[in-house]
Amino acid sequence: MACQCCNGSKDQSDKDKQLDAVFEKYRGMNGALIPVLQAAQDVYGYLPKEAMERIARELKLPFSKVFGVATFYSQFHLDPRGENIIRVCLGTACHVRGGAGIFGKVKEVLGVEDGETTEDLKFTLESVACIGACGLAPVMMVNDDTHGRLTPDKIPEIIDKYK
Amino acid sequence: MENLMSACCSKCTHDQSDPCKDYLLCRTEGPICHDSEECRAKRQALIDKVHLSAEKSNRRVLICAGTGCVASGSRDVQQVMLQAVKDAGITDCEVSITGCHGFCEQGPIVIVEPEGVFYGGVSADDVEEIVEKHLKNGELVERLFFTEPNSGDKDKYYRDIMFYKKQERMVLKNCGHINPEKIDEYIVTGGYSGLIKTFTDFTSQKVVEEVKTSGLRGRGGGGFPTGLKWQFTAQAQGDVKYVVCNADEGDPGAFMDRSILEGNPHAVIEGMMIAGYAVGATEGYVYVRAEYPLAIKRLERAIAQAEEYGILGGNVLGSGFSFKLKIKAGAGAFVCGEETALLNSIQGERGMPRVRPPFPANEGLWYKPTLLNNVETYANIPIIMEKGGDWYASRGTEKSKGTKVFALTGKINNTGLAEVPMGITLREIIFDIGGGIKDGKKYKAVQIGGPSGGCLPEEQLDLPIDYDSLISAGAMMGSGGLVVMDETTCMVDLARYFLTFTQNESCGKCVPCREGTKRMLEILTRITEGDGQEGDIETLERLAKSIKNTSLCGLGQTAPNPVLSTLRYFRNEYEAHINKKWCPAGECKALTVLKIDPEKCNGCTRCARNCPVEAITGEVKQVHEIDPEICTNCGTCIENCRKEAIYKG
Repeated sequence: MACQCCNGSKDQSDKDKQLDAVFEKYRGMNGALIPVLQAAQDVYGYLPKEAMERIARELKLPFSKVFGVATFYSQFHLDPRGENIIRVCLGTACHVRGGAGIFGKVKEVLGVEDGETTEDLKFTLESVACIGACGLAPVMMVNDDTHGRLTPDKIPEIIDKYK
Repeated sequence: MENLMSACCSKCTHDQSDPCKDYLLCRTEGPICHDSEECRAKRQALIDKVHLSAEKSNRRVLICAGTGCVASGSRDVQQVMLQAVKDAGITDCEVSITGCHGFCEQGPIVIVEPEGVFYGGVSADDVEEIVEKHLKNGELVERLFFTEPNSGDKDKYYRDIMFYKKQERMVLKNCGHINPEKIDEYIVTGGYSGLIKTFTDFTSQKVVEEVKTSGLRGRGGGGFPTGLKWQFTAQAQGDVKYVVCNADEGDPGAFMDRSILEGNPHAVIEGMMIAGYAVGATEGYVYVRAEYPLAIKRLERAIAQAEEYGILGGNVLGSGFSFKLKIKAGAGAFVCGEETALLNSIQGERGMPRVRPPFPANEGLWYKPTLLNNVETYANIPIIMEKGGDWYASRGTEKSKGTKVFALTGKINNTGLAEVPMGITLREIIFDIGGGIKDGKKYKAVQIGGPSGGCLPEEQLDLPIDYDSLISAGAMMGSGGLVVMDETTCMVDLARYFLTFTQNESCGKCVPCREGTKRMLEILTRITEGDGQEGDIETLERLAKSIKNTSLCGLGQTAPNPVLSTLRYFRNEYEAHINKKWCPAGECKALTVLKIDPEKCNGCTRCARNCPVEAITGEVKQVHEIDPEICTNCGTCIENCRKEAIYKG
């Protein structure tokens, strides 16, 4: 892990300010909790406990509800994540065309398991159920880029591009 | 006139605050209230610029920018093409992007209009040749033509390709032919005319009647009659009502909603507006999966453009009807495809289903009457309003009208999206449109309808597809995903795969779904690992029945379907796993042994050299052997053997 003991506080207060702007936008709006959590996650990269506590206070909701919603949906993360998110599709089409082999290779190259982040915080690996690019199976997404027609030997090269 | 909707002269009084009801007609068929040749000429020039019809002489290079083609590199093709056309000094040819053609296998796809020449698998390196040969000299670039997998014929034109020939594209008509980021193109090709017709010729009740006449059934999977749903919502008591579009396409193996949103977003907006008019709602939500960033972007842009043109917003085109549309991005939960769970999610709750009744028609979003339909359902509405319910009902089968978009994936030659009339057979879809099974292998089954559906074997290939025939065959329409499998797919493992999915995605609210699917998954996992016991099949059947009967929502009620349908048609595979400890498809690692065919092995030693666990022994130029005690079934030897001498037995 990179050192976070110094120079971190300024960043932190910047982020807290950004979160204030999010509250301004959504205050009083019906059904704001999910968009607020999404925006908070965009700001911090994940959902720190302190941020969720603030969300609960600002939206006047019990913390248990905020936590309940954050843990229900697979897109919310309670731990810091990597700079690049690799989502390997294990949907049906990818499954029958060798998605498991791709997933195995990515795990091997990054040295992490499903849902884990590499030590240098560069990559987070996730398996997903379908990203809707079945025509190109097997596929994976790195951030918003879709890579299709994969074979295990193409994996190291693709990952290198994001290093 | 800068764009299609700007005023042609000072006589045009249309303004967003004081909209003219004939505004759209004026732009496409006018001018209406005054007769000026100059206005007519200006308007025609703009229409010609965006018009795509083959009769017109203007040339366009259309580059697919759907997710599939973008992933295959179409953005680069577009960049290079723009530059190359400019460098070549070609001025009468426009380069434009389009939404998905549905033929993702062939991406990136480039179409040259007006002839409709189809180039597949185009890379940035091919661009120069297309520009030099085709655009400059009128010679076609033959090597980029599509080759039919069955006959080996090369097709020059889009219309000749078998994949498209058997389709009847209504909802997908615009996909791949117009630029989804330009509202003008949608309008010029007849867009929003269904909406105008609705305002001018129909009362709310008549719209509901028209949808009922059309016989349209919900394309999200259940197949509930759409008109009836509209009627319930229209009749519900309440001052505030909502229209919601379910674009949470979570079914693994389905991507039609994504392509419609990416390639033809205005059709969904138009359908939702007509729905709002019919049921008396002034506000709508589109709930889109967050996994579809491009679809969200295109929809946002489409909404902004429609608002700018005064088509969406207050007092739409002077009709007195107002409609606001918002996008809600999902947060990743398959169960949110279930209507009541989706509503809870929009409200900022956990996406757990509610007990029904009351149905959303009476108590939906924020407990107000709500109409909830799927993307494809809404995209059908403008067609019904424009051409009439009777016309629509003349398509399809007796009880399933119109067309259905299917996503063809798996071990098939032509993967992609195909829109076909209801009643077409599976064989026509898989072997004619889909071009048959990949690598000359044998067809085994097609998984239809995602985790809620089932697997249909060879003897069901001539089944005409509609909602009811599929249910009686043990599958269901679902959202229309068709995953084709060949002889190398193990059906027990596939059932395990689906149960893993549904078990993961179960929201946990009701016990049968939460605990029942877990127990079923444990048994299936055991069977695929070689620990199947006598009585397992019966236990699976018993569990399946009670989960189906007692679960709260559609997720649980259909979760056992993949197990039941594989048991119905492939029971012998389960029995082989349990009784003979053998996986006939050679997919379950614990139940297969790798063997070397002594007839084919020439002793090249590649297998032995590449084996990570040194399980293979043998002298040079002598037949090799695999020690099953050491072998981990990783398959490295199969990949490396050039003689195809190693097989799973």
